[in-house]
Amino acid sequence: MLDNNLKSMISDVKDGRMDRRAFVKRMLAVGLTAPMANQILALGGVAMAQSPAPYKPTKRGGGGPLKLLWWQGPTLLNPHFATGTKDQDGSRIFYEPLASWDDEGHLNPILAAEIPSLKNGGLSADAKSVIWKLKPGVKWHDGKPLTADDLVFNWEYSTDPATAAVSIQNYTNLTVEKIDDLSIRIKFKDPTPFWANAFVGAYGCIIPKHLFAEYKGSKSREAPNNLKPVGTGPYKFVEFKPGDLIRGEINPDYHMANRPYFDSIELKGGGDAVSAARAIIQTGEYDYAWNMQVEDEVLLRLEKGGKGKTIYAPGGDIEFIAVNFTDPYTEVDGERSSIKTKHPILSDPKVRQALAMLVDRESVKKAIYGRAGRVTANYLNGPEEFVSKNTKWEFSVEKAGALLDEAGWKVGGDGIREKDGKKLKLLYQTSINGPRQKTQAIVKQACQKAGIDVELKSVVASVFFSSDVANPDTYAKFYADIEMFQIPMAQPDPALHMRRYHSRFVATKENKWQGQNFPRWVNKEFDAAVDAAETEIDPLKRADLYIKCNDLMWKDTVMIPVMHRIKVGATALALRPVVSGWANDLDNIQDWYREA
Amino acid sequence: MGQYVLRRLMIAIPSLLGISLVLFVVLALAPGDPFSELATNPNVPPEVQAALRAKFGLDDPVYLRYLHWLAAMAQGDWGFSFVSRMNVDTLILQRLPATLYVVGSSQILALLIAIPVGVYAATRPYSIFDQIANTFAFIGFSLPTFFTGILFILIFSVKLDWLPFVYTSDLKETGIHWVIAQVRQAIMPVMVLGLFQAASMTRFVRSAMLDVIRLDYVTTARAKGLGQRIVIIKHVMRNAMIPVVTLVALQIPAVFGGAIVTEQIFRIPGIGSLLISSILANDTPVIMSVTFVFACLVVLFNLIADVLYGWLDPRISFR
Repeated sequence: MLDNNLKSMISDVKDGRMDRRAFVKRMLAVGLTAPMANQILALGGVAMAQSPAPYKPTKRGGGGPLKLLWWQGPTLLNPHFATGTKDQDGSRIFYEPLASWDDEGHLNPILAAEIPSLKNGGLSADAKSVIWKLKPGVKWHDGKPLTADDLVFNWEYSTDPATAAVSIQNYTNLTVEKIDDLSIRIKFKDPTPFWANAFVGAYGCIIPKHLFAEYKGSKSREAPNNLKPVGTGPYKFVEFKPGDLIRGEINPDYHMANRPYFDSIELKGGGDAVSAARAIIQTGEYDYAWNMQVEDEVLLRLEKGGKGKTIYAPGGDIEFIAVNFTDPYTEVDGERSSIKTKHPILSDPKVRQALAMLVDRESVKKAIYGRAGRVTANYLNGPEEFVSKNTKWEFSVEKAGALLDEAGWKVGGDGIREKDGKKLKLLYQTSINGPRQKTQAIVKQACQKAGIDVELKSVVASVFFSSDVANPDTYAKFYADIEMFQIPMAQPDPALHMRRYHSRFVATKENKWQGQNFPRWVNKEFDAAVDAAETEIDPLKRADLYIKCNDLMWKDTVMIPVMHRIKVGATALALRPVVSGWANDLDNIQDWYREA
Repeated sequence: MGQYVLRRLMIAIPSLLGISLVLFVVLALAPGDPFSELATNPNVPPEVQAALRAKFGLDDPVYLRYLHWLAAMAQGDWGFSFVSRMNVDTLILQRLPATLYVVGSSQILALLIAIPVGVYAATRPYSIFDQIANTFAFIGFSLPTFFTGILFILIFSVKLDWLPFVYTSDLKETGIHWVIAQVRQAIMPVMVLGLFQAASMTRFVRSAMLDVIRLDYVTTARAKGLGQRIVIIKHVMRNAMIPVVTLVALQIPAVFGGAIVTEQIFRIPGIGSLLISSILANDTPVIMSVTFVFACLVVLFNLIADVLYGWLDPRISFR
């Protein structure tokens, strides 16, 4: 767009002729929003303003206990091994990253003295290096100082394959070097426009070198501090019982003024979401509960005259139905759904489009997700600047029928369409999960009206999402025609979210079905756009490329978005949690407080 | 008798081996792995999941994994949890107190209700008291614990706001307040489990009493002019309680095994909730240890029950 216009506006902000807010507003007007506008400013050399967290307490402590209820209890407390969100949350109470994502998708400095930008010299124009400066005077809970050596160590620890750290993706294709005691330089192998991955967010939590140095690599499991964290966080470790309880006490030497507010913290695990909602909203036994996967109707009923309420934080999590582009019924070289085959029914774009018209997203929202969902035509739903405005969706049984007629599928005697003597029959699989089975029923009903016979299948989640090569029911093997689940977006950047559909990641027997492109969709144009976006430095062009990726997926009907899912938490009325759709619930735990 | 016990213990070894083999094979055949949570996280490359599988030996053939496990178990090494990477024995020891406290108390409660009610009902069969006791017993064991548990929560926590329904394993209170809080939080789960147990046990005690009360020696005792109290307590109960003692001995492994449903409802960090979460996460070493230890306890307490039976009833001899 208005490239010159934009440049002059950036310099206006730089020279103080235009304030940041006005700039962001102008960007909003042209379809971009806050996070993107800020990234533009950062790249344009304007220092990022510290995120304005309206934090009220004027002294440290005095807030009594903070009682959290997670219906899945954390099972380990090393952020590099945190397999699930629950474990990341548990670790985050004690460990901290350089910066976290705030509720608007901005970087919020935690251990970093400032957020790197072109202006402060933290970012380079070629997007190949980042300099992070540490806050001076930060101490580990055992009194030792935090230094650049710790950061370098975390990179070494995570990238050692023998450690088998789950954070490895954040630290690959880069090197970390120490500049001085309080600053490091990250050098990327290739230009990396999204530089805020290493040392940021849940997987960016930093563990102390002096306690873990001996336990790098194959000895990683034996580190005594895996279960007794010594971090820099707002709370010091007291006690941990895997799957049950974590207790922490206030860190009197915490590096942020007036923080934390609470004197102690307790995270209780176990049980189920509905009773967790009760414990917060109805009885007030606890202060906050995460991930309220409870029907909206139930929540609304609990909230009437309750002691708590639900809160919502939109991110980029998308629930979708994926279409199989290969034939799940024919075996080629001992492999079903082989990339060498074409799906007998769904390779026809008209059938896919008809299918998309049979997903009544409005009804799914109304009947199932309620306030925790938004209808969408897009696979990529955030941050705002990456959201396509070119797509649309509709629900129409008639139009779907017309499309199927065009494609040659005629209604047979039993009401089911057929072509060349073959029935239009689809197998629709998903994991076992209340809302998913209800969605299946809604879709099946619409399909039946349009003359498609849909067979439903649901698989236990631990099997559906497993990497067990021997199991035929995993989502990656995709031995079905369509399948539904959710892919969470872990950070406010679409790079990882979109790259998985690159044709080089097609799931095959050869890569043990570890390729993440499970629809086995191959599109040259998409490949080129993803490749270009991954090295594109200009944020506007980059956003355009990802929008193009999304539009290609929409045009080809690779994914039928069912719901843009919004994070739901339950909180006591007086509690002021800081929850972001772009981060885990506890990623800004230092800013939580209770209104008097 | 020493010989008898020894022989029984020897027989136990092959059966325990068989149990462990069956458990292990079933778990190995069960689909899924402990790292499925990683699969849909776009941040985690699939190679990590593969590396973890390799690191924890999940890719080895089943018989090798079983032999490894057996060899380690024989040396007292219970292995470590794939999920928390903690030693299984520490994990189990952490969970044991809550289970012993809650399930143990509920068993005691069940006995305290069942014996007096059962005995009294048996002395007056088909009286109003007996009818009422029977009705309640039937209601008691037809209502599943997940139903009564939720009912109790709705009544006592949500409506009346008397009792907490989230169990805390580490109460911050000290002294008498600690005792009070500990009792308060256990009331609901203990009642739910205890009443359920008491219902069937009452029926058992009643029929055991009725079997004995009709015998000739009881009539003789009465004919001697002994009072009803002495006849019932000294003569009838002593003999009627023999099968009850056996039943209680056989129940004891369950005290260690925990109560899966009730622990889940009240968030009690006991063995039952450990077992169910491990099963859901496919955490094989933990499932193996818990189920195997449970199997050992069942075998052991069966033996104890048999020995006890012979000791209480000298007519039975060990051969």
